[in-house]
Amino acid sequence: MNRNHTQVALIGLTLLALSQSAGAMHISEGILTPQWAGLWYLLVLPLVAWGLRDLRIKSAREPFFKPMVGLIGAAVFVISCMPVPVPSAGTCSHPCGTGMAAIFIGPALTVLVSSIALLLQALFLSHGGLTTLGANVMSMGVVGALVGYGTFRFGRRLGLAGWLAAFMAGVLSDWATYATTAFELASALHGDESFWRLFGGIGLSFLPTQLPLGIFEGVMAAGVYQFIAARRPSLLVCLGVERAAKGGAE
Amino acid sequence: MKSVVKTMTCVVLLAAGLTWWLGRQGHEWAGVDETVVEKYADAAGRPARDPYINTDQGDLLLFCFLVAGVAGGFVGGYCFRDLFPAKTMKDKP
Repeated sequence: MNRNHTQVALIGLTLLALSQSAGAMHISEGILTPQWAGLWYLLVLPLVAWGLRDLRIKSAREPFFKPMVGLIGAAVFVISCMPVPVPSAGTCSHPCGTGMAAIFIGPALTVLVSSIALLLQALFLSHGGLTTLGANVMSMGVVGALVGYGTFRFGRRLGLAGWLAAFMAGVLSDWATYATTAFELASALHGDESFWRLFGGIGLSFLPTQLPLGIFEGVMAAGVYQFIAARRPSLLVCLGVERAAKGGAE
Repeated sequence: MKSVVKTMTCVVLLAAGLTWWLGRQGHEWAGVDETVVEKYADAAGRPARDPYINTDQGDLLLFCFLVAGVAGGFVGGYCFRDLFPAKTMKDKP
């Protein structure tokens, strides 16, 4: 069965790959210079290794963990290539799902599943690119996951309800992902122009689409959290999202 | 079962209505990669190049989806109960 768990983690990412790819924060092949593309690869590789280590440790503790990571990876894959039309902007973009994923499986494993999802999209959907994979993993997998996880934990520490903290995590992780994409593009493309001017220009161009889409992503994260909290609360305790209620009432 | 059919009918009708309404808005619904990322990349003289593996040719993409769906579906089905325990198995210590 354990072999199948690993297979689910890998192949499950491709299950439900029925949505047409939507270009959005993914930086396409050839846009970044080799130096910048290489730098983003170097920065994300240790974090992917951190995710692999986390997977080994957690799946040794909880046998159901690998298929769960596979399932969440499949969700990230589908969500991050799901085109959502934004009527106020007249364009399409996609949510990322990494804020939501980080709440349930933690930031390290979210980096891992994002890198697999983005690799599959680059290989089979012409979505993103192989040379820009490092930059795309950094914006969606690393920054999205860390901001989502940090926001959720901070919100819970402040005493916010779980669904509200999940909502905030979804919103901020989406906006942080697109801000990072703007940063990556501005860093590589500003040339003689002012970096901040280009960064601001790209960020402002994302705004009409991502402002509503970030809120949509927050609603999605809150909905998933609330669904699991209502239907299978013990899963939240198993995954370390919430502490067990006193007296073992979960 | 009745509630499932009702919910599915509502979802399909809602999706169809939304699609019809969006189609009448007169927008092109281009992705922001085209309207933002590639616009700035073109302006900076670094346009996007064709992907190294281009599956967007004829029915090739459909074939990829089919293989992925079959492989993922079989493995996901095999491990279904690990992911979604039956009611009697739920919340076992």
